[in-house]
Amino acid sequence: MELYQLTAHELHKLLIGGEVTAQEITRSVLERIAQVEKKIHAYITVSPDLALTQAAQADEWIKKGQAGPLTGIPLAIKDIICLQGMPTTCGSHILENFYPPYEATVIEKLKAAGAVFVGKANMDEFAMGSSTENSYFGPTYNPWDLERTPGGSSGGSAAAVAADECIAALGSDTGGSIRQPAACCGVVGVKPTYGRVSRYGLVAFASSLDQIGPLTKDVRDAAQLLTVISGHEPRDSTSINLPVPDYAAHLGKEIKAVKIGVVKECFEEGLDLEVKASFWQAVNTLAQLGAEIKEVSLPHMPYAVAVYYIIAPAEASSNLARYDGVKYGYRAKGVSELLSMYEQSRSQGFGAEVKRRIMLGTYALSAGYYEAYYRKASQVRTLIGRDFQEAFAECTALLMPTAPTPAFRLGEKVDDPLLMYLSDIFTIPCNLAGLPGLSIPCGFSQAGLPIGLQIIGNHFQEEIILQIAYAFEQHTDFHRRKPNL
Amino acid sequence: MEYEAIIGLEVHAQLLTESKIFCGCSTLFGAEPNTHTCPVCTGLPGSLPVLNKKVVEFTIKAALATNCRIAPRSQFARKNYFYPDLPKGYQISQYELPLATDGYIEIQVDGGKKKIGIQRIHMEEDAGKLIHDFSSAREAHSYVDFNRTGVPLIEIVSAPDIRSPEEASAYLRKLRAILMFLDICDGNMEEGSFRCDANISLRPKGEKGLGVKTELKNMNSFRNVQKALDFEIRRQTALLDQGEKIIQETRLWDAARGVTASMRGKEEAHDYRYFPDPDLVPIVIDPAWVEEIRSTLPELPDAKKERFIQEYGIPEYDAEVLTSSKPLANYYENCVRFFPQPKIVSNWIMSELLRELKKDEREIEECSVPAENLAALLRLIDEGVISGKMAKSVFEEMYQTGQKAEEIVKAKGLSQLSDAEALTKLVEDILAAHPKEVAEYRQGKEKVFGFFVGQVMKATQGKANPRLVNEILKKKL
Repeated sequence: MELYQLTAHELHKLLIGGEVTAQEITRSVLERIAQVEKKIHAYITVSPDLALTQAAQADEWIKKGQAGPLTGIPLAIKDIICLQGMPTTCGSHILENFYPPYEATVIEKLKAAGAVFVGKANMDEFAMGSSTENSYFGPTYNPWDLERTPGGSSGGSAAAVAADECIAALGSDTGGSIRQPAACCGVVGVKPTYGRVSRYGLVAFASSLDQIGPLTKDVRDAAQLLTVISGHEPRDSTSINLPVPDYAAHLGKEIKAVKIGVVKECFEEGLDLEVKASFWQAVNTLAQLGAEIKEVSLPHMPYAVAVYYIIAPAEASSNLARYDGVKYGYRAKGVSELLSMYEQSRSQGFGAEVKRRIMLGTYALSAGYYEAYYRKASQVRTLIGRDFQEAFAECTALLMPTAPTPAFRLGEKVDDPLLMYLSDIFTIPCNLAGLPGLSIPCGFSQAGLPIGLQIIGNHFQEEIILQIAYAFEQHTDFHRRKPNL
Repeated sequence: MEYEAIIGLEVHAQLLTESKIFCGCSTLFGAEPNTHTCPVCTGLPGSLPVLNKKVVEFTIKAALATNCRIAPRSQFARKNYFYPDLPKGYQISQYELPLATDGYIEIQVDGGKKKIGIQRIHMEEDAGKLIHDFSSAREAHSYVDFNRTGVPLIEIVSAPDIRSPEEASAYLRKLRAILMFLDICDGNMEEGSFRCDANISLRPKGEKGLGVKTELKNMNSFRNVQKALDFEIRRQTALLDQGEKIIQETRLWDAARGVTASMRGKEEAHDYRYFPDPDLVPIVIDPAWVEEIRSTLPELPDAKKERFIQEYGIPEYDAEVLTSSKPLANYYENCVRFFPQPKIVSNWIMSELLRELKKDEREIEECSVPAENLAALLRLIDEGVISGKMAKSVFEEMYQTGQKAEEIVKAKGLSQLSDAEALTKLVEDILAAHPKEVAEYRQGKEKVFGFFVGQVMKATQGKANPRLVNEILKKKL
């Protein structure tokens, strides 16, 4: 076993036992990156110098006995989270040279925990996409099959974890951007409750939906990472002031008699047969562990994708207005007056999908259309939230497949936005309702592609879904498989 | 045809908070460009707004003082448009759910009081400032200063209850006074901390429907608002009389040319695409907090005016003028405290003091004569040390030099001759020297009395106490 293959909690034991140093771990990960990054392209920026400096500092802390679970652990950070010392590009030409002059809250917290930042992970431009093909810097390749996408938009983070190019990663999830790539790459991904993790320093895509969360090799690592990054923060008005449990401390509880609902609307159409089979197998496993399985209904779920593609682009059209060539980022050359500076900078600076969504959102908010689109979508969003609350009145957690298919081929859906949007059919409802959801490996297709199981909890019930996921993980070994690179 | 003007005013008032509405940056005016900025007010990617509670408190004060209903739950919205002084590409404002609605203020019009409705008061952030440098024609540059970006504003929208430019002016003066009494706005129109746009349409007198309106901008003083409305009424009247249509548009007031001109251009075609700002949670107002704020409200112009009439027995007109600003009202009350003859104090302030200030375009706060000193001057008149006429020139000198009345009177030897014995002797001498006039007076020619007063004044170079001179003359004649 190489160091880069281990989990954070395994490495932590070695670190405090004095068996390895943080610098050795970081070097191991950097060597792995050198080995496989050409094939995967998980990163936009790799920062060996910063990583090694941080690792050296982590070693000091460890020597003094001040090591926490993340001290000296090399992480990949999705390139939409502001981290000083390297560019934060959001996978976009328009922010290619943007060096943030401030640090995101999650980065401050991770620094205080002694984590090591190896680099910034590739992503769909401004987190808009489900395949990481929309990155200005080129696509990321799925470590399990290099002809396939890793999912998206946090495809770089998921692929980096799966390919052992980091020990764990942060992603962001607006409609499934952590869970869907986690499923495609066979790793664990958690989208926390809206308001659990501060969004300060997370470049906004759709502010009412965005959350930062971990992508990890197993559930314990996810729990530890989530514990560190969670918590109320006054700089984010939407962050909620509730105590943060030590999520890892409660893993290992039995799930006997825990009521788990299977959402019946997931099986209506378009669900891949192998995904379906793995899903029911996972349901059986949980039943064997003593969970009480029941069928539940989310009657408005079929409208979720439509609602999402009004609300998210509407917010995005406004959030992305600041990229105008005036203050930072790309400015078109050779323009001499204001309007053409705006038009040219934005036309040249944004990619096709981002422009498509800006137009969708602008349309949905326009005078005369607002009532029919944005307001109606907001109302249906409320109904979807209500459906979930009715379901949670009957059970503690809900199960769905994470994605309707295993990882698809590069180029397969890129020219068919509607087909691409349906990749998030099972993950979007969670964002609309602000609920926590996670994806955990639950099987492989015959072609050897990972399949994900999604577990959804009620608001601020991350603890419970992590417990269920951990129990499942203890009785399966999907998370132990490694791609052949 | 005779028309009636329907006018509504939108006032933007800058709030006097120390920090900006959504970040901790200073709101101080006049700093080096882009020094009062941070990731939030420059709209850097990933930054988020956090509402300054003081802004809500100040807005509640304005709402209470204008008899508004305070919404238990209100919300910020984004107003989307591109401009280089707007770093996020949207302005955070309020749209569907403003903090306050349905209020009114009272103004003084011919024949009494009139209520002008307030439709809404909402909070929003100010934009930055553009500085254009054309010093090199080929290389013209525009610079952006973000110091003002995020400075808190309230927008106060009146109902279309205003019927004349004079009423518009009275409304603005009253509103400005209220905000200044509350200490939430400095009311400075030239620096833009109190700005006004107007909507105006005409309709044939007696009709109920509304005509097509135009929006007037760029008026930076009460006088300009009044002039612009005057012009617009004439312009619209002429068009309507010729059977032409009014175009709904924004027109800019050109103070130099004294006309409004159509703004035509892209700004006209704006669709702001308002929607609730997902970065800010709804504002829920605790009624107990509102009551707490209400209990701290200072005396407002109307209440103060009534009190001045009751307590000091001065005419309504005086009270109106004296309560038009808080410092002026304070000045008056201070002065009365040192010299408790309210009407005399009021006369002096309204004539002498305000005339001097107006001449120099100064505010009462900048006045070089403290209230205590004016009171001392009035006391000198009252005690007969100087005459009222002398006092006026003494006052002018006090205003110019900042000296006290006593000092000036002493230095110039201006004090009146009030020595009864000396004056009696002088009167006796004068009567003895003019037997003919004395005889005339005693035969009933009372006019001659003035001649004797004149002689005494001449002999004393005007310093004789006129009251005393009168007394003595009467006795001796």
